[in-house]
Amino acid sequence: MEDIQILDAVERYIRGEMKPDERVHFEQLRKKNPEVDQLVVEHTLFIHQMNEVGEQRKFKSTLNEVHTDLAEKGLINSDKLTGKAKVVYLWKRYKRVAAIAATIAGVTTITVSLLVWSLTPKVPGNEFVKLSRDLDNQKKDLDNQKKITTKLSQDINVVKNAVDEKIASKIPPITYKKGGTGFLIDTKGYLVTNAHVVEGAKNIAVERANGKDFNAEVVFTDKEKDLAILKIKDPDYKSAGPIPYSISKSSVELATRIFTLGYPIDNIVYGEGYLSSRRGFQNDTASYQIEISANRGNSGSPILNKNGEVIGVLNGRQANATGFTFAIHSKYIYAAIEELKKKDTSYSRIKLPTISTIRNADREQQVARIQDYIFIVKVD
Amino acid sequence: MTPDIKEKELLKGLALGDKKAIETIYKDNFNMVQSLVINNNGSAQEAKDIFQEAMIVLLEKSRSADFELNCQIKTYVYSVCRRIWLKRLQQFNRYSGEIESMVATVPVEEDLEEYERRDQEFAMMEKAIASLGEPCKGLIEAFYIQKRNMQDIASQFGYTNADNAKNQKYKCLMRLKKLFFAQYKNGK
Repeated sequence: MEDIQILDAVERYIRGEMKPDERVHFEQLRKKNPEVDQLVVEHTLFIHQMNEVGEQRKFKSTLNEVHTDLAEKGLINSDKLTGKAKVVYLWKRYKRVAAIAATIAGVTTITVSLLVWSLTPKVPGNEFVKLSRDLDNQKKDLDNQKKITTKLSQDINVVKNAVDEKIASKIPPITYKKGGTGFLIDTKGYLVTNAHVVEGAKNIAVERANGKDFNAEVVFTDKEKDLAILKIKDPDYKSAGPIPYSISKSSVELATRIFTLGYPIDNIVYGEGYLSSRRGFQNDTASYQIEISANRGNSGSPILNKNGEVIGVLNGRQANATGFTFAIHSKYIYAAIEELKKKDTSYSRIKLPTISTIRNADREQQVARIQDYIFIVKVD
Repeated sequence: MTPDIKEKELLKGLALGDKKAIETIYKDNFNMVQSLVINNNGSAQEAKDIFQEAMIVLLEKSRSADFELNCQIKTYVYSVCRRIWLKRLQQFNRYSGEIESMVATVPVEEDLEEYERRDQEFAMMEKAIASLGEPCKGLIEAFYIQKRNMQDIASQFGYTNADNAKNQKYKCLMRLKKLFFAQYKNGK
């Protein structure tokens, strides 16, 4: 392969654009060939740096926009200081300069008046009039020029917009079906959902409560437990800060009060219930039975206790068939992550949240805090 | 909402790039910082620069994984600005005694060190990009920062097809990486 093709492959690998089999192939190449591996590491750092620069630029321009905007609305004191503030500023800044300037001015005035008095030059008056007329004409020319330039730049914009629209209309959109719900377990973009939700999916997108879509891919599945771990691959994805809930390792008691948040419809839905049996479907010990209203879209929703600890993952697979609802015990999330880490060391930095920061909050606040960490999982 | 919750919401908005949140924080804090800078030998332009640097520090802080703000946003922003401005004054020898503090301040040295380290890295990349010259600079920015596709870039820069643009981009990228990593390795 030529260098340019290798780099192309590396970039697609970093961006997560490779098909699964191509990815496996590339990972083998990476293991065999230390040069390729080195290139991946180096280029990841480089791309990361570029992304950061891009974000920094965007943020800076937003700040400038906000500044101009607020200044125009008079919500902040604008750049052009007025009244007392300006006097204070000018005085503080230039008091020494002012003193020196005053001295120089004094000396100059005396010298000049002496010179004027001794030379008394004769200046023809109409010369000045002519000069100022020339200046006026020049100014008019300049104004005309300016008008032409503005017109031109407007024309360019019109053409540019038309081209942009054409290009945008060429790319066919992927049509997603809604699969279920998923929730963040690491702010770096790792989510948990049910394995059956993403089974056979070609593309996966997850949607945040604010309606923003991100591309994601499956990094782990356990069909038997019906758990899947997804990773958001989108460069636009930003963490919303530390995860408020924790993932519980301990076992649960019968009759524990529970609540859930998920996407059975397009909007997020809250549900309350209790733990009705410590065994799941067909006496399964890995899950338990819960009494809570749920349907298919709820698959993958977190089940939380009153302290804001995730104790399970709602499993809607058997919900319709049996009339009962089940949840997979949250300790299997830990097990899944352990296995994932064993398989690939690049996942060794995943860290599950172990402390709930919404322990003492009332329910409305708990729900408000966790909403942004729960996503719609869409597949095609 | 209680003030505490409101502040948390604002910071979350900032982390997610919500313009409304940025506006609110800007509106609530700018005048305070402006008078701090102007009352201490600074200009309005300098006040704006300092304040915007503090906004970047706050943004980075709000995005970090272990972030919990244990004081008000106002106090934090004021502390950061005061620290940066003091440093700036000393650099330019315009320092004329202690800056009187109107508000209580919190220690921000660690956050600022982190900010300066990152700012240096940004400066390295910006410098490397700037020294590329055209058309490389435009090509690289279009692909890696504006994240446009090759087809689109090829037609804008007047290449006959996407492959030609890709070849040119590759050459530019090699130069840029060389420039960047030379500085980066020196810096470490």
